[in-house]
Amino acid sequence: MDILKEISVRLQQGDDERVCELTRQAVEKKVPPRAILDEGLIGGMNIIGERYKAHEIFLPQVLLAAKAMYAGTDVLRPLFVKEGMPAIGKVVIGSVQGDLHDIGKNLVGIMLKGAGFEVIDLGNDVPPERFVETAEKEDAAVIGISALLTTTMPVMKRTVDLLEEKGLRTKIRTIIGGAPISEEFAKQIGADAYGYDSTNAVESVKRLIMANESD
Amino acid sequence: MRKILEIPLDEARPDQDAILETQGIPSGKELTEDVKALLERAIDLFLEFSKPKVAISDISIPGFEALYKGEGLNEQDTPLDEIITKADDLALFAVTIGERVSEEIDRLFKANEFALGSMLDSVASAGTDKAADTAESRYFDLLSEKGRITSSKGVLRFSPGYCGWHMSGQEKLFEFLRPEDIGISLLESYLMKPLKSISGVLVAGDKDIFVFDDSYPFCSECRSRSCHKRIRTLLKESRSDKKKGVM
Ligand code: B12
Ligand code: SF4
Repeated sequence: MDILKEISVRLQQGDDERVCELTRQAVEKKVPPRAILDEGLIGGMNIIGERYKAHEIFLPQVLLAAKAMYAGTDVLRPLFVKEGMPAIGKVVIGSVQGDLHDIGKNLVGIMLKGAGFEVIDLGNDVPPERFVETAEKEDAAVIGISALLTTTMPVMKRTVDLLEEKGLRTKIRTIIGGAPISEEFAKQIGADAYGYDSTNAVESVKRLIMANESD
Repeated sequence: MRKILEIPLDEARPDQDAILETQGIPSGKELTEDVKALLERAIDLFLEFSKPKVAISDISIPGFEALYKGEGLNEQDTPLDEIITKADDLALFAVTIGERVSEEIDRLFKANEFALGSMLDSVASAGTDKAADTAESRYFDLLSEKGRITSSKGVLRFSPGYCGWHMSGQEKLFEFLRPEDIGISLLESYLMKPLKSISGVLVAGDKDIFVFDDSYPFCSECRSRSCHKRIRTLLKESRSDKKKGVM
Protein backbone atom coordinates (compact mmCIF):
# COMPACT_ATOMS: atom_id res chain seq x y z
CA MET A 1 0.00 0.00 0.00
CA ASP A 2 1.13 3.53 -0.79
CA ILE A 3 2.59 5.01 2.40
CA LEU A 4 0.27 8.04 2.38
CA LYS A 5 -2.75 5.74 2.06
CA GLU A 6 -1.39 3.61 4.89
CA ILE A 7 -0.97 6.68 7.12
CA SER A 8 -4.57 7.63 6.38
CA VAL A 9 -5.86 4.10 7.11
CA ARG A 10 -3.89 3.72 10.36
CA LEU A 11 -5.04 7.17 11.45
CA GLN A 12 -8.64 6.15 10.89
CA GLN A 13 -7.99 3.11 13.10
CA GLY A 14 -6.68 5.43 15.84
CA ASP A 15 -3.27 3.70 15.77
CA ASP A 16 -1.17 6.67 16.91
CA GLU A 17 2.09 4.74 17.30
CA ARG A 18 1.95 3.34 13.76
CA VAL A 19 0.98 6.75 12.31
CA CYS A 20 4.00 8.28 14.05
CA GLU A 21 6.28 5.54 12.65
CA LEU A 22 4.87 5.73 9.12
CA THR A 23 5.14 9.53 9.08
CA ARG A 24 8.82 9.21 10.01
CA GLN A 25 9.34 6.63 7.26
CA ALA A 26 7.62 8.87 4.71
CA VAL A 27 9.90 11.78 5.69
CA GLU A 28 12.96 9.52 5.33
CA LYS A 29 11.73 8.46 1.88
CA LYS A 30 11.63 12.18 0.98
CA VAL A 31 7.88 12.30 0.47
CA PRO A 32 7.12 16.06 0.56
CA PRO A 33 5.93 16.97 4.10
CA ARG A 34 3.01 18.92 2.64
CA ALA A 35 1.76 15.76 0.88
CA ILE A 36 2.12 13.72 4.09
CA LEU A 37 0.07 16.33 5.91
CA ASP A 38 -2.63 16.88 3.27
CA GLU A 39 -3.06 13.40 1.83
CA GLY A 40 -2.06 11.20 4.78
CA LEU A 41 -3.07 13.00 7.95
CA ILE A 42 -5.75 15.54 6.98
CA GLY A 43 -7.01 13.13 4.30
CA GLY A 44 -7.56 10.47 6.98
CA MET A 45 -9.23 12.93 9.34
CA ASN A 46 -11.56 14.12 6.57
CA ILE A 47 -12.77 10.55 6.05
CA ILE A 48 -13.28 10.23 9.83
CA GLY A 49 -15.27 13.48 9.83
CA GLU A 50 -17.52 12.23 7.02
CA ARG A 51 -18.10 8.87 8.74
CA TYR A 52 -18.91 10.64 12.01
CA LYS A 53 -21.39 12.90 10.26
CA ALA A 54 -23.02 9.83 8.70
CA HIS A 55 -23.26 8.22 12.21
CA GLU A 56 -21.12 5.29 11.08
CA ILE A 57 -18.68 5.94 13.91
CA PHE A 58 -18.97 7.81 17.21
CA LEU A 59 -17.10 10.45 19.17
CA PRO A 60 -14.53 8.11 20.83
CA GLN A 61 -13.31 6.83 17.45
CA VAL A 62 -13.04 10.38 16.14
CA LEU A 63 -10.95 11.37 19.15
CA LEU A 64 -8.69 8.32 18.87
CA ALA A 65 -8.07 9.26 15.24
CA ALA A 66 -7.37 12.86 16.29
CA LYS A 67 -4.70 11.66 18.71
CA ALA A 68 -3.09 9.72 15.85
CA MET A 69 -3.21 12.84 13.68
CA TYR A 70 -1.46 14.89 16.38
CA ALA A 71 1.22 12.18 16.62
CA GLY A 72 1.87 12.56 12.88
CA THR A 73 1.87 16.36 12.87
CA ASP A 74 4.36 16.39 15.77
CA VAL A 75 6.79 14.54 13.48
CA LEU A 76 6.23 17.04 10.66
CA ARG A 77 6.30 20.26 12.70
CA PRO A 78 10.14 20.67 12.75
CA LEU A 79 10.14 20.49 8.95
CA PHE A 80 7.98 23.57 8.73
CA VAL A 81 9.96 25.74 11.16
CA LYS A 82 10.69 28.45 8.61
CA GLU A 83 7.29 28.95 7.03
CA GLY A 84 5.23 27.58 9.93
CA MET A 85 2.83 24.65 9.76
CA PRO A 86 0.62 25.10 6.67
CA ALA A 87 -3.02 25.77 7.54
CA ILE A 88 -6.22 26.54 5.67
CA GLY A 89 -6.95 29.35 8.13
CA LYS A 90 -6.34 30.54 11.67
CA VAL A 91 -9.01 30.35 14.35
CA VAL A 92 -8.86 31.75 17.89
CA ILE A 93 -11.15 29.84 20.24
CA GLY A 94 -12.05 29.98 23.92
CA SER A 95 -14.82 29.76 26.46
CA VAL A 96 -16.52 33.04 27.27
CA GLN A 97 -15.63 35.15 30.31
CA GLY A 98 -17.24 33.67 33.45
CA ASP A 99 -17.29 30.15 32.00
CA LEU A 100 -15.01 27.39 33.26
CA HIS A 101 -16.38 24.65 31.06
CA ASP A 102 -14.13 23.83 28.14
CA ILE A 103 -14.96 20.35 26.94
CA GLY A 104 -17.22 21.57 24.09
CA LYS A 105 -14.67 24.13 23.00
CA ASN A 106 -11.90 21.49 23.17
CA LEU A 107 -13.82 19.16 20.88
CA VAL A 108 -14.41 21.95 18.37
CA GLY A 109 -10.71 22.84 18.46
CA ILE A 110 -9.67 19.23 17.86
CA MET A 111 -12.00 18.89 14.87
CA LEU A 112 -10.81 22.21 13.41
CA LYS A 113 -7.16 21.13 13.70
CA GLY A 114 -8.12 17.79 12.16
CA ALA A 115 -9.56 19.64 9.18
CA GLY A 116 -6.30 21.56 8.69
CA PHE A 117 -6.90 24.81 10.58
CA GLU A 118 -4.41 26.40 12.92
CA VAL A 119 -6.15 26.77 16.25
CA ILE A 120 -5.12 29.15 19.01
CA ASP A 121 -6.90 27.99 22.14
CA LEU A 122 -7.18 30.68 24.82
CA GLY A 123 -8.71 28.30 27.38
CA ASN A 124 -11.68 29.34 29.48
CA ASP A 125 -12.91 32.52 31.20
CA VAL A 126 -11.62 34.58 28.26
CA PRO A 127 -12.51 38.33 28.28
CA PRO A 128 -13.63 39.94 24.98
CA GLU A 129 -10.47 42.09 24.80
CA ARG A 130 -8.27 38.99 24.82
CA PHE A 131 -10.19 37.36 21.98
CA VAL A 132 -9.91 40.47 19.84
CA GLU A 133 -6.29 41.35 20.69
CA THR A 134 -5.13 37.78 20.00
CA ALA A 135 -7.04 37.52 16.72
CA GLU A 136 -5.60 40.85 15.60
CA LYS A 137 -2.05 39.99 16.60
CA GLU A 138 -2.15 36.51 15.08
CA ASP A 139 -3.98 37.68 11.97
CA ALA A 140 -6.71 35.09 12.60
CA ALA A 141 -9.70 34.91 10.29
CA VAL A 142 -12.21 33.64 12.84
CA ILE A 143 -12.96 33.90 16.57
CA GLY A 144 -14.94 30.96 18.05
CA ILE A 145 -16.61 31.41 21.44
CA SER A 146 -18.22 28.76 23.63
CA ALA A 147 -20.70 29.09 26.54
CA LEU A 148 -22.30 26.57 28.91
CA LEU A 149 -24.89 28.77 30.59
CA THR A 150 -27.23 31.51 29.35
CA THR A 151 -25.84 33.90 31.97
CA THR A 152 -22.54 34.29 30.14
CA MET A 153 -24.12 34.85 26.74
CA PRO A 154 -24.20 38.70 26.93
CA VAL A 155 -20.38 38.71 27.13
CA MET A 156 -20.34 37.05 23.72
CA LYS A 157 -22.08 40.11 22.30
CA ARG A 158 -19.37 42.33 23.80
CA THR A 159 -16.76 40.52 21.70
CA VAL A 160 -18.76 41.12 18.50
CA ASP A 161 -19.29 44.77 19.52
CA LEU A 162 -15.59 45.24 20.22
CA LEU A 163 -14.72 43.98 16.73
CA GLU A 164 -17.24 46.45 15.33
CA GLU A 165 -15.73 49.34 17.33
CA LYS A 166 -12.28 48.49 16.02
CA GLY A 167 -13.51 48.26 12.44
CA LEU A 168 -12.59 44.56 12.31
CA ARG A 169 -16.06 43.02 11.91
CA THR A 170 -15.59 42.11 8.25
CA LYS A 171 -11.97 41.01 8.58
CA ILE A 172 -12.42 38.78 11.62
CA ARG A 173 -15.55 36.62 11.59
CA THR A 174 -17.23 35.25 14.71
CA ILE A 175 -18.82 31.88 15.38
CA ILE A 176 -20.49 30.91 18.65
CA GLY A 177 -21.69 27.64 20.18
CA GLY A 178 -22.46 25.72 23.36
CA ALA A 179 -25.46 24.04 25.00
CA PRO A 180 -27.70 27.13 25.49
CA ILE A 181 -26.81 28.87 22.19
CA SER A 182 -29.12 28.95 19.19
CA GLU A 183 -28.97 30.17 15.63
CA GLU A 184 -31.42 32.87 16.62
CA PHE A 185 -29.22 34.13 19.45
CA ALA A 186 -26.21 34.24 17.11
CA LYS A 187 -28.21 36.42 14.71
CA GLN A 188 -29.44 38.60 17.55
CA ILE A 189 -25.93 39.51 18.72
CA GLY A 190 -24.55 39.90 15.21
CA ALA A 191 -22.27 36.83 15.27
CA ASP A 192 -21.51 35.53 11.78
CA ALA A 193 -22.34 31.88 12.50
CA TYR A 194 -23.59 29.34 15.02
CA GLY A 195 -22.18 25.83 15.38
CA TYR A 196 -24.46 23.13 16.76
CA ASP A 197 -21.67 20.58 17.22
CA SER A 198 -18.04 20.06 16.28
CA THR A 199 -18.66 18.76 12.74
CA ASN A 200 -21.07 21.55 12.05
CA ALA A 201 -18.49 23.98 13.48
CA VAL A 202 -15.88 22.88 10.92
CA GLU A 203 -18.30 23.34 8.02
CA SER A 204 -19.36 26.77 9.28
CA VAL A 205 -15.78 27.98 9.80
CA LYS A 206 -14.87 26.81 6.28
CA ARG A 207 -17.85 28.77 4.94
CA LEU A 208 -16.79 31.89 6.88
CA ILE A 209 -13.26 31.72 5.53
CA MET A 210 -14.48 31.18 1.98
CA ALA A 211 -16.84 34.17 2.31
CA ASN A 212 -13.97 36.32 3.58
CA GLU A 213 -11.70 35.27 0.71
CA SER A 214 -14.34 36.10 -1.90
CA ASP A 215 -14.96 39.56 -0.32
CA MET B 1 -32.44 20.10 59.63
CA ARG B 2 -29.17 20.65 57.76
CA LYS B 3 -27.09 17.66 56.74
CA ILE B 4 -23.79 17.19 54.99
CA LEU B 5 -23.34 13.67 53.73
CA GLU B 6 -20.69 11.79 51.82
CA ILE B 7 -22.16 9.65 49.06
CA PRO B 8 -20.59 6.18 48.75
CA LEU B 9 -18.89 5.88 45.37
CA ASP B 10 -20.95 2.90 44.26
CA GLU B 11 -24.07 5.05 44.62
CA ALA B 12 -22.65 7.71 42.29
CA ARG B 13 -21.42 5.21 39.70
CA PRO B 14 -23.48 6.03 36.61
CA ASP B 15 -25.27 3.60 34.33
CA GLN B 16 -23.64 2.81 30.99
CA ASP B 17 -26.51 4.23 28.92
CA ALA B 18 -26.36 7.58 30.72
CA ILE B 19 -22.63 7.86 30.01
CA LEU B 20 -22.90 6.86 26.37
CA GLU B 21 -25.78 9.28 25.77
CA THR B 22 -23.41 12.23 26.37
CA GLN B 23 -20.97 10.58 23.94
CA GLY B 24 -23.76 10.51 21.35
CA ILE B 25 -23.83 6.68 21.31
CA PRO B 26 -27.41 5.35 21.13
CA SER B 27 -28.58 2.96 23.83
CA GLY B 28 -28.26 -0.71 22.85
CA LYS B 29 -25.51 -0.06 20.30
CA GLU B 30 -22.86 -2.81 20.24
CA LEU B 31 -19.59 -1.27 21.47
CA THR B 32 -16.27 -1.86 19.74
CA GLU B 33 -13.40 -3.23 21.86
CA ASP B 34 -11.57 0.13 21.93
CA VAL B 35 -14.67 1.98 23.15
CA LYS B 36 -15.31 -0.69 25.81
CA ALA B 37 -11.73 -0.29 27.04
CA LEU B 38 -12.07 3.51 27.17
CA LEU B 39 -15.31 3.22 29.11
CA GLU B 40 -13.77 0.88 31.68
CA ARG B 41 -10.72 3.10 32.16
CA ALA B 42 -12.85 6.21 32.48
CA ILE B 43 -15.03 4.56 35.15
CA ASP B 44 -11.89 3.52 37.07
CA LEU B 45 -10.60 7.11 36.93
CA PHE B 46 -13.99 8.42 38.04
CA LEU B 47 -13.93 6.07 41.04
CA GLU B 48 -10.35 7.11 41.81
CA PHE B 49 -10.83 10.87 41.59
CA SER B 50 -14.38 11.69 42.66
CA LYS B 51 -15.54 12.46 46.16
CA PRO B 52 -19.32 12.84 45.98
CA LYS B 53 -20.86 14.95 48.73
CA VAL B 54 -24.27 16.46 49.30
CA ALA B 55 -25.59 19.30 51.44
CA ILE B 56 -29.33 19.18 52.28
CA SER B 57 -31.24 21.81 54.22
CA ASP B 58 -34.97 21.88 55.05
CA ILE B 59 -36.89 24.94 53.99
CA SER B 60 -40.52 25.87 54.72
CA ILE B 61 -42.95 26.29 51.83
CA PRO B 62 -43.35 30.07 52.40
CA GLY B 63 -39.56 30.30 52.85
CA PHE B 64 -39.02 28.59 49.50
CA GLU B 65 -41.71 30.65 47.76
CA ALA B 66 -39.80 33.80 48.72
CA LEU B 67 -36.47 32.27 47.68
CA TYR B 68 -37.90 30.99 44.38
CA LYS B 69 -38.87 34.53 43.37
CA GLY B 70 -35.10 35.13 43.33
CA GLU B 71 -34.20 38.26 41.40
CA GLY B 72 -37.66 38.28 39.78
CA LEU B 73 -36.37 36.80 36.53
CA ASN B 74 -38.21 33.44 36.44
CA GLU B 75 -40.59 32.69 33.58
CA GLN B 76 -44.13 33.83 34.25
CA ASP B 77 -45.67 30.41 34.67
CA THR B 78 -43.51 27.46 35.80
CA PRO B 79 -44.19 23.86 36.92
CA LEU B 80 -42.71 24.59 40.36
CA ASP B 81 -45.18 27.45 41.02
CA GLU B 82 -47.93 24.89 41.29
CA ILE B 83 -46.02 21.89 42.61
CA ILE B 84 -44.71 23.63 45.72
CA THR B 85 -48.18 24.64 46.86
CA LYS B 86 -49.11 20.93 46.92
CA ALA B 87 -45.83 19.65 48.44
CA ASP B 88 -45.51 18.14 51.92
CA ASP B 89 -41.86 19.03 52.53
CA LEU B 90 -39.06 20.87 50.77
CA ALA B 91 -35.27 20.97 51.13
CA LEU B 92 -32.53 22.78 49.24
CA PHE B 93 -29.63 20.65 48.09
CA ALA B 94 -26.30 20.77 46.30
CA VAL B 95 -24.13 17.86 45.21
CA THR B 96 -20.61 17.78 43.86
CA ILE B 97 -18.12 15.11 42.92
CA GLY B 98 -15.27 17.56 43.58
CA GLU B 99 -12.60 19.30 41.54
CA ARG B 100 -10.10 16.45 41.11
CA VAL B 101 -12.05 14.77 38.28
CA SER B 102 -12.14 18.01 36.28
CA GLU B 103 -8.40 18.45 36.82
CA GLU B 104 -7.82 14.93 35.52
CA ILE B 105 -9.99 15.60 32.43
CA ASP B 106 -7.93 18.72 31.78
CA ARG B 107 -4.68 16.81 32.19
CA LEU B 108 -5.83 14.10 29.77
CA PHE B 109 -6.76 16.66 27.10
CA LYS B 110 -3.38 18.37 27.49
CA ALA B 111 -1.67 14.98 27.05
CA ASN B 112 -3.63 14.45 23.77
CA GLU B 113 -5.66 11.65 25.43
CA PHE B 114 -8.81 13.18 23.97
CA ALA B 115 -10.96 10.05 23.80
CA LEU B 116 -10.28 9.11 27.42
CA GLY B 117 -10.64 12.71 28.60
CA SER B 118 -13.96 13.08 26.82
CA MET B 119 -15.19 9.70 28.11
CA LEU B 120 -14.20 10.68 31.67
CA ASP B 121 -16.10 13.95 31.23
CA SER B 122 -19.20 11.97 30.26
CA VAL B 123 -18.77 9.57 33.19
CA ALA B 124 -18.30 12.53 35.55
CA SER B 125 -21.39 14.37 34.25
CA ALA B 126 -23.55 11.23 34.49
CA GLY B 127 -22.00 10.48 37.91
CA THR B 128 -22.95 13.93 39.20
CA ASP B 129 -26.51 13.32 38.01
CA LYS B 130 -26.49 9.96 39.75
CA ALA B 131 -25.22 11.61 42.95
CA ALA B 132 -28.19 14.01 42.71
CA ASP B 133 -30.52 10.98 42.39
CA THR B 134 -28.93 9.69 45.59
CA ALA B 135 -29.67 13.05 47.26
CA GLU B 136 -33.35 12.43 46.49
CA SER B 137 -33.13 8.97 48.11
CA ARG B 138 -31.31 10.36 51.17
CA TYR B 139 -33.96 13.03 51.66
CA PHE B 140 -36.65 10.38 51.36
CA ASP B 141 -34.89 8.33 54.06
CA LEU B 142 -34.49 11.36 56.35
CA LEU B 143 -38.23 12.13 56.03
CA SER B 144 -39.06 8.47 56.48
CA GLU B 145 -37.13 8.35 59.76
CA LYS B 146 -39.35 11.18 60.99
CA GLY B 147 -42.48 9.37 59.76
CA ARG B 148 -43.19 12.18 57.29
CA ILE B 149 -43.23 10.10 54.09
CA THR B 150 -44.47 6.70 52.92
CA SER B 151 -43.60 4.61 49.87
CA SER B 152 -46.70 5.82 48.01
CA LYS B 153 -45.13 9.30 47.95
CA GLY B 154 -42.01 10.53 46.21
CA VAL B 155 -39.16 13.06 46.11
CA LEU B 156 -38.21 14.89 42.90
CA ARG B 157 -35.59 17.57 42.33
CA PHE B 158 -35.70 20.80 40.36
CA SER B 159 -32.75 23.05 39.55
CA PRO B 160 -32.15 26.71 38.65
CA GLY B 161 -31.59 26.90 34.91
CA TYR B 162 -34.35 24.35 34.23
CA CYS B 163 -38.12 24.57 33.90
CA GLY B 164 -38.39 28.36 34.00
CA TRP B 165 -36.35 28.80 37.21
CA HIS B 166 -33.85 31.51 36.25
CA MET B 167 -30.13 30.91 36.82
CA SER B 168 -30.01 33.97 39.10
CA GLY B 169 -31.96 31.81 41.60
CA GLN B 170 -28.55 30.35 42.46
CA GLU B 171 -27.73 33.45 44.51
CA LYS B 172 -30.50 33.06 47.11
CA LEU B 173 -30.13 29.28 47.07
CA PHE B 174 -26.45 29.64 47.99
CA GLU B 175 -27.18 32.22 50.71
CA PHE B 176 -29.58 29.79 52.37
CA LEU B 177 -27.82 26.46 51.83
CA ARG B 178 -24.17 27.51 52.16
CA PRO B 179 -22.76 24.68 50.00
CA GLU B 180 -19.31 26.22 50.47
CA ASP B 181 -19.14 23.68 53.32
CA ILE B 182 -18.89 20.89 50.74
CA GLY B 183 -16.48 22.91 48.61
CA ILE B 184 -18.88 24.50 46.10
CA SER B 185 -18.56 28.20 45.36
CA LEU B 186 -20.68 30.39 43.12
CA LEU B 187 -19.09 32.60 40.48
CA GLU B 188 -20.50 35.95 39.38
CA SER B 189 -21.79 34.21 36.25
CA TYR B 190 -23.79 31.86 38.58
CA LEU B 191 -21.60 28.99 37.50
CA MET B 192 -20.66 26.62 40.30
CA LYS B 193 -17.10 25.57 40.94
CA PRO B 194 -16.38 22.58 40.84
CA LEU B 195 -18.01 22.28 37.44
CA LYS B 196 -19.44 18.86 38.19
CA SER B 197 -22.02 20.11 40.70
CA ILE B 198 -25.82 20.29 40.77
CA SER B 199 -28.01 22.51 42.96
CA GLY B 200 -31.74 22.74 43.48
CA VAL B 201 -34.75 21.92 45.57
CA LEU B 202 -35.97 18.50 46.70
CA VAL B 203 -39.75 18.34 46.70
CA ALA B 204 -41.55 15.63 48.71
CA GLY B 205 -45.20 14.85 48.21
CA ASP B 206 -47.82 12.70 46.50
CA LYS B 207 -46.45 11.37 43.25
CA ASP B 208 -49.26 12.81 41.17
CA ILE B 209 -48.30 16.40 42.06
CA PHE B 210 -45.28 15.91 39.82
CA VAL B 211 -47.24 15.05 36.70
CA PHE B 212 -47.16 18.05 34.36
CA ASP B 213 -47.01 18.73 30.64
CA ASP B 214 -43.75 19.75 29.03
CA SER B 215 -45.58 22.33 26.96
CA TYR B 216 -44.48 25.53 28.69
CA PRO B 217 -43.18 28.14 26.24
CA PHE B 218 -39.60 27.66 27.53
CA CYS B 219 -39.73 23.87 26.94
CA SER B 220 -39.10 24.42 23.25
CA GLU B 221 -35.60 25.68 24.11
CA CYS B 222 -34.85 22.94 26.66
CA ARG B 223 -32.09 20.68 25.42
CA SER B 224 -32.35 18.13 28.19
CA ARG B 225 -36.10 17.37 28.42
CA SER B 226 -35.17 15.36 31.50
CA CYS B 227 -38.61 15.86 33.12
CA HIS B 228 -40.12 12.94 31.18
CA LYS B 229 -37.55 10.44 32.31
CA ARG B 230 -37.48 11.56 35.91
CA ILE B 231 -41.26 11.65 36.36
CA ARG B 232 -41.62 8.29 34.64
CA THR B 233 -38.99 6.78 36.95
CA LEU B 234 -40.69 8.22 40.00
CA LEU B 235 -44.13 6.94 39.02
CA LYS B 236 -42.80 3.48 38.18
CA GLU B 237 -40.59 2.78 41.14
CA SER B 238 -41.14 2.75 44.85
CA ARG B 239 -38.22 4.29 46.76
CA SER B 240 -36.95 0.93 48.02
CA ASP B 241 -36.83 -0.40 44.43
CA LYS B 242 -34.92 2.69 43.39
CA LYS B 243 -32.33 2.16 46.10
CA LYS B 244 -31.84 -1.41 44.95
CA GLY B 245 -31.29 -0.15 41.40
CA VAL B 246 -28.55 2.18 42.60
CA MET B 247 -26.38 -0.59 44.00
C1 B12 C 1 -23.95 17.24 31.06
C2 B12 C 1 -24.63 18.48 31.57
C3 B12 C 1 -24.33 18.90 32.86
C4 B12 C 1 -23.27 18.22 33.73
C5 B12 C 1 -21.87 18.79 33.55
C6 B12 C 1 -21.71 20.01 32.75
C7 B12 C 1 -20.36 20.01 32.07
N1 B12 C 1 -20.35 20.18 30.78
O1 B12 C 1 -19.36 19.78 32.67
C8 B12 C 1 -23.80 18.52 35.15
C9 B12 C 1 -24.75 17.37 35.47
C10 B12 C 1 -22.79 18.64 36.27
C11 B12 C 1 -24.58 19.80 34.87
C12 B12 C 1 -24.82 20.77 35.83
C13 B12 C 1 -25.56 21.91 35.57
N2 B12 C 1 -26.27 22.18 34.46
CO1 B12 C 1 -26.13 21.15 32.84
N3 B12 C 1 -26.20 20.23 31.21
C14 B12 C 1 -25.57 19.19 30.79
C15 B12 C 1 -26.06 18.82 29.36
C16 B12 C 1 -27.05 17.66 29.47
C17 B12 C 1 -24.95 18.47 28.38
C18 B12 C 1 -23.77 19.46 28.38
C19 B12 C 1 -22.51 18.78 27.90
O2 B12 C 1 -21.55 18.64 28.64
N4 B12 C 1 -22.52 18.31 26.64
C20 B12 C 1 -21.37 17.66 26.04
C21 B12 C 1 -20.41 18.74 25.50
C22 B12 C 1 -19.29 18.12 24.73
O3 B12 C 1 -21.19 19.51 24.63
P1 B12 C 1 -21.14 21.10 24.59
O4 B12 C 1 -20.36 21.68 25.67
O5 B12 C 1 -22.54 21.58 24.41
O6 B12 C 1 -20.34 21.36 23.22
C23 B12 C 1 -20.80 20.93 21.94
C24 B12 C 1 -21.71 21.94 21.22
O7 B12 C 1 -22.45 22.77 22.08
C25 B12 C 1 -20.77 22.70 20.31
N5 B12 C 1 -20.00 23.82 20.86
C26 B12 C 1 -19.59 24.06 22.13
N6 B12 C 1 -18.82 25.14 22.19
C27 B12 C 1 -18.72 25.63 20.95
C28 B12 C 1 -18.04 26.73 20.45
C29 B12 C 1 -18.09 27.01 19.08
C30 B12 C 1 -17.35 28.17 18.54
C31 B12 C 1 -18.88 26.18 18.22
C32 B12 C 1 -18.97 26.50 16.79
C33 B12 C 1 -19.56 25.07 18.72
C34 B12 C 1 -19.48 24.80 20.07
O8 B12 C 1 -19.86 21.70 19.92
C35 B12 C 1 -19.55 20.86 21.05
C36 B12 C 1 -19.20 19.48 20.59
O9 B12 C 1 -20.25 18.83 19.92
C37 B12 C 1 -26.76 20.16 28.93
C38 B12 C 1 -27.96 19.99 27.99
C39 B12 C 1 -27.53 19.60 26.59
N7 B12 C 1 -28.05 18.51 26.11
O10 B12 C 1 -26.70 20.26 25.99
C40 B12 C 1 -27.18 20.76 30.28
C41 B12 C 1 -27.21 22.27 30.46
C42 B12 C 1 -25.96 22.88 29.88
N8 B12 C 1 -27.16 22.41 31.92
C43 B12 C 1 -27.88 23.38 32.35
C44 B12 C 1 -27.96 23.77 33.71
C45 B12 C 1 -28.98 24.80 34.07
C46 B12 C 1 -27.11 23.22 34.68
C47 B12 C 1 -27.01 23.67 36.16
C48 B12 C 1 -26.99 25.15 36.36
C49 B12 C 1 -28.17 23.02 36.96
C50 B12 C 1 -28.05 23.29 38.44
N9 B12 C 1 -28.71 24.30 38.94
O11 B12 C 1 -27.39 22.56 39.12
C51 B12 C 1 -25.67 23.00 36.57
C52 B12 C 1 -24.51 23.97 36.39
C53 B12 C 1 -23.19 23.36 36.74
C54 B12 C 1 -22.24 24.39 37.24
N10 B12 C 1 -21.03 23.99 37.50
O12 B12 C 1 -22.58 25.53 37.46
C55 B12 C 1 -28.66 24.06 31.24
C56 B12 C 1 -28.15 25.47 30.94
C57 B12 C 1 -29.31 26.36 30.60
C58 B12 C 1 -29.08 27.76 31.06
N11 B12 C 1 -30.14 28.38 31.49
O13 B12 C 1 -28.00 28.26 31.02
C59 B12 C 1 -28.54 23.03 30.04
C60 B12 C 1 -28.48 23.64 28.66
C61 B12 C 1 -29.78 22.10 30.16
C62 B12 C 1 -31.11 22.78 29.83
N12 B12 C 1 -31.81 23.33 30.79
O14 B12 C 1 -31.49 22.78 28.70
N13 B12 C 1 -24.94 19.89 33.57
S1 SF4 D 1 -39.01 20.06 28.80
FE1 SF4 D 1 -37.29 20.87 30.01
S2 SF4 D 1 -37.98 22.89 30.72
FE2 SF4 D 1 -39.81 21.78 30.03
S3 SF4 D 1 -40.59 20.86 31.90
FE3 SF4 D 1 -39.25 19.32 30.91
S4 SF4 D 1 -37.22 19.58 31.86
FE4 SF4 D 1 -38.47 21.40 32.34
